Amino acid sequence: MLVSINWLKDYVNTQQLPPAELGEKITRSGIEVDAVIDRSHGMTNIVVGYVESCVKHPEADKLSICQVNVGEETTQIICGAPNIAAGQKVIVARPGAKLPGDIKIKKAKLRGEESHGMICSLQELGIEGKLVPKAYAEGIYVLPEDAETGSDVLTNFDLNDTVLELGLTPNRADAMSMLGVAYEVGAILSEEVQLPEISYKEASDTAASMLTLNVDAPEANPLYVAKVVRNIKVQESPMWLQQRLMVAGVRPHNNVVDVTNYILMEYGQPLHAFDYDLLETGNITVRHAKEGEMITTLDDAERKLSGHQLVITNGEKPVAIAGVMGGADSEVSEATTTVVIESAYFESGSVRQTSKDHGLRSDASSRYEKGVDPNRVIPAAERAAQLLSELAGGEVLAGSVVFDELNKEEKIVKVSPDFINSRLGMKISFEDMWDILNRLKFNTEAANGQLVISVPTRRQDIQIPEDVIEEIARLYGYDEIPATLPEAETTPGGLTPYQAKRRIVRSLLEGAGLLQATTYSLTSEKSAKQFALEETETTRLLMPMSEERSILRQSLLPHLLESVTYNTARRMDSVALYETGSVFLKGDDELLNEQEHLAVAMTGLWLDNSWQGEKKPVDFFVLKGIVETLGTKLGVQLTFERGQMDDLHPGRTAFIMLDGQRIGVIGQLHPTEQKARDLKTTVVMELNLAALLNIETAALLYTPVPRYPSMSRDVALVLSKVVEAGTIETVIRNAGGKLLKDVRVFDLYEGDKMEEGKKSVAFSLTYFDPEKTLTDEEVINAHEKVLAALTEVGAELRS
Amino acid sequence: MEAQLQELKTQALDKITAASTVKELNDVRVAYLGKKGPITDLLKGMGKLPAEERPKMGALVNVVREEVTTQLEGRMVILEEEAINQKLQSETIDITLPGRPVKTGNPHPLTRVVEEIEDLFISMGYEVAEGPEVEKDYYNFEALNLPKGHPARDMQDSFYITEDILLRTHTSPVQARTMEAKGGEPIKIICPGKVYRRDSDDATHSHQFTQIEGLVIGEDIRMSDLKGTLSVFAKKMFGDDREIRLRPSFFPFTEPSVEMDISCFKCGGSGCNVCKKTGWIEILGAGMVHPNVLEMAGYDSKRLTGFAFGMGPERIAMLKYGIEDIRHFYTNDVRFLSQFQRTEL
Repeated sequence: MLVSINWLKDYVNTQQLPPAELGEKITRSGIEVDAVIDRSHGMTNIVVGYVESCVKHPEADKLSICQVNVGEETTQIICGAPNIAAGQKVIVARPGAKLPGDIKIKKAKLRGEESHGMICSLQELGIEGKLVPKAYAEGIYVLPEDAETGSDVLTNFDLNDTVLELGLTPNRADAMSMLGVAYEVGAILSEEVQLPEISYKEASDTAASMLTLNVDAPEANPLYVAKVVRNIKVQESPMWLQQRLMVAGVRPHNNVVDVTNYILMEYGQPLHAFDYDLLETGNITVRHAKEGEMITTLDDAERKLSGHQLVITNGEKPVAIAGVMGGADSEVSEATTTVVIESAYFESGSVRQTSKDHGLRSDASSRYEKGVDPNRVIPAAERAAQLLSELAGGEVLAGSVVFDELNKEEKIVKVSPDFINSRLGMKISFEDMWDILNRLKFNTEAANGQLVISVPTRRQDIQIPEDVIEEIARLYGYDEIPATLPEAETTPGGLTPYQAKRRIVRSLLEGAGLLQATTYSLTSEKSAKQFALEETETTRLLMPMSEERSILRQSLLPHLLESVTYNTARRMDSVALYETGSVFLKGDDELLNEQEHLAVAMTGLWLDNSWQGEKKPVDFFVLKGIVETLGTKLGVQLTFERGQMDDLHPGRTAFIMLDGQRIGVIGQLHPTEQKARDLKTTVVMELNLAALLNIETAALLYTPVPRYPSMSRDVALVLSKVVEAGTIETVIRNAGGKLLKDVRVFDLYEGDKMEEGKKSVAFSLTYFDPEKTLTDEEVINAHEKVLAALTEVGAELRS
Repeated sequence: MEAQLQELKTQALDKITAASTVKELNDVRVAYLGKKGPITDLLKGMGKLPAEERPKMGALVNVVREEVTTQLEGRMVILEEEAINQKLQSETIDITLPGRPVKTGNPHPLTRVVEEIEDLFISMGYEVAEGPEVEKDYYNFEALNLPKGHPARDMQDSFYITEDILLRTHTSPVQARTMEAKGGEPIKIICPGKVYRRDSDDATHSHQFTQIEGLVIGEDIRMSDLKGTLSVFAKKMFGDDREIRLRPSFFPFTEPSVEMDISCFKCGGSGCNVCKKTGWIEILGAGMVHPNVLEMAGYDSKRLTGFAFGMGPERIAMLKYGIEDIRHFYTNDVRFLSQFQRTEL
């Protein structure tokens, strides 16, 4: 909402406050002032000029040489506007004038002809092009004939004004009108509000003699008022009216349309003007549209209507979409002589739905949607009649044609001062409360220790005692509220075990050198299921903003890998990222099964200490080590099973298992996938973090520190290449008996000293007895069994 | 023989002085004091002396031997020290060479901000509550006093999946769910999480962002308690000398509703580019829980009251760290992420 302070002064005394100060007061008491705009833009030296003569420039087709009377002299000005002509009153920036955008006007020579100033368009005075009346949009603005030559344009055009731009919250629909803002400012400054005085002469003929009205949908349209004004002359509006509309952000059209828009801004009540003759039937019928019925609206769009949409008809066909936009067929034009002015109350939900259906939001619909004041519908119609008779020479027919079933009663809210103070934690006196309600123009009575408040219908946001508390508190001043802390019993706060473990996982990964990343949950069809751990249907948004962000992801890796590529493309060759976040799987009920996952992606060097000769690229085992440590830290036994997944290297992929369940995958990207993503060797991991964190961890009990030494034996085995170390380790563990404490691979050799198809794996076995020092014999016995078991599975001892 | 002894001593002492390495000195030791050395020879030759001379001569030999030994050991200390010094000298390293890197990552800046806020409120007795990102319309809107068709729904254009299921537009549904679950009992929670709105991504908008909200419900919770709580938060988060101010605002789920500004932490309130010359920075929205919201979750709004507040970690991180573009949080440029390593304590 754009509020001209000069216009506002018509209704309320602003106490000559500097605009910025007024704006600050409004902001601090409830409505945020987003901007304070000086309409003069520091302009000077701009006067009304009279074009005495105008001839073509001999050297330039598009320029005219004008002799312009600027009051104190007649001076020559070269003008390039196509619509310049002798006999016009125009806006002249004199030499030395300043215009918006730091433009200074100087004497100049244009193609050999002197020019003493510039004839201006409205755009050059800082008015937005889309607000300039169409007739002047491509050229200079032409002032009315009675503009006084040599007088100051800023004064004439009311440009010595400041506009407050209000950022309105949806509850403050009341402030979508100048009168509403006047009530707000009046409450803040303790000033009275002056409503416009409405008086006009009526013809002896009645409106009812020319127009009949039927309302077939009283729920959606409980109040409809029509006035008929005849013998009007449709023309350009006076300058003050055009000016006020432009300040409010509305483009002037003609006096009839401008009057309806002016009242929309003044009262917040949308009006519509029909050409009476084009209505053809002398009847207005409000009803729901027939399914598939058509209308061409004022924006020249042909629109198909549905049964739940409310329309205004002439008894036969639609002439307007109620509360949204008028029809082109009955549009007021220069040929119009008789108009029907509609002022109505349309139910907000109906207008919102219709406006949404057609993707059509107008100044009218945006007010109806939030609810207009039931008690302004009739005054707004009267105000329109008055202005049309004043500005368009119209003859107002007596009375109105009315359908009225609208409840216009004020809402009563009862609240006690004690209740107000106890909710606020304050001690506001009864007198101060009374004063504030009075300033708000809420009729209030005191009864049985309660404030009984009649809330004006313009304030439909005030419904319950808490709403009144806010009114009182905001006008009393939020700065006056003391700062206390809740007095209730203190409770121990904290994280749940799940949340605490999530933090442990994060700090472990960060300690291992990974940076935490965050990527988007919405993705493309293509990426949604890549690397997904489970096979379920994807979920698509009803109305995505783009295909790239249309589906809910089922794995974190695709976006995480995009982040890796983003970095390597910028020459950061070593990247190690992790992310925790939800993936979205189809669930049993209507909500999705949201699973918290953890993903890691690594590429480049893991260890880079080149000057000491230590350089290690990331590989499967770097990442596997991190996952294993994660399991240790969380007290769960994670195992790895060889596996396959699309886009992962078939020989370098494993599933991460927990209690026999597959909870994750780890592997190197498939070379093709790496290439497609423009990556070098990249290893990735994704697991169901929730499954991991939901495991209840066993209590930690100390194991006595060994009092006896352990003994170790190494075995180097020659194995077929396809035999996995893990298989052999299991054989050893099973054969080793209870003295075998630990088995560890300490060497792997696959070089050319081995027979074709063979490899050597060396294990270190640790024997230990917690009760006593082991004897050689005991160790030999146990070790012999291991060796025998190894021989049985075909593992040769390497000599 | 005595003269021979003196001669020997002089020779030995000269050689000791002349020895320049531990090895040379050891050679001297062996040469003069060793089993085959001249002094030993002399002692061995004592048997040939007359018996009455033996004690005198023996004493003399011992004196010489001791003196040579003392001198030798003294010299040995010096030479060993020199040797050590030389070794140390040769072992000197260039301490300006870089250390072996210890790999460390760090949390995302948003996690850093969220955890800081979580910890602050945990210390005041709050629990952390979380909920689904794909939500029912009921919890996201209706239970929060935003019935279908409510004009305030326009404030947050949403991503719907079906008519009744959508990506949550705020973390408030977690509050609604917690209230429903607590069945009328007091609550003190903080709810962090991801939220989604139909915005085109640019420097200040993101279709996905994070929120952290707080909710306190109890007997006699007053608006002054909200102000006091927010004041503690502002001081802990942005510095002890921060002041706060509340401005009236509107949220459908609170009444009264406020927005909170803090005095600018950069200029202290005198006006700068961070606070856009106003001296104040908008940080969060808050208010007293709307009685409709309480009643809908089964609370007796006459007996229990509450306050709620909500803020955007992106905005806080942008203000705190001077980040100019919200997209940085979702691009994961390691040159950006790795800057949030060090502590500010």
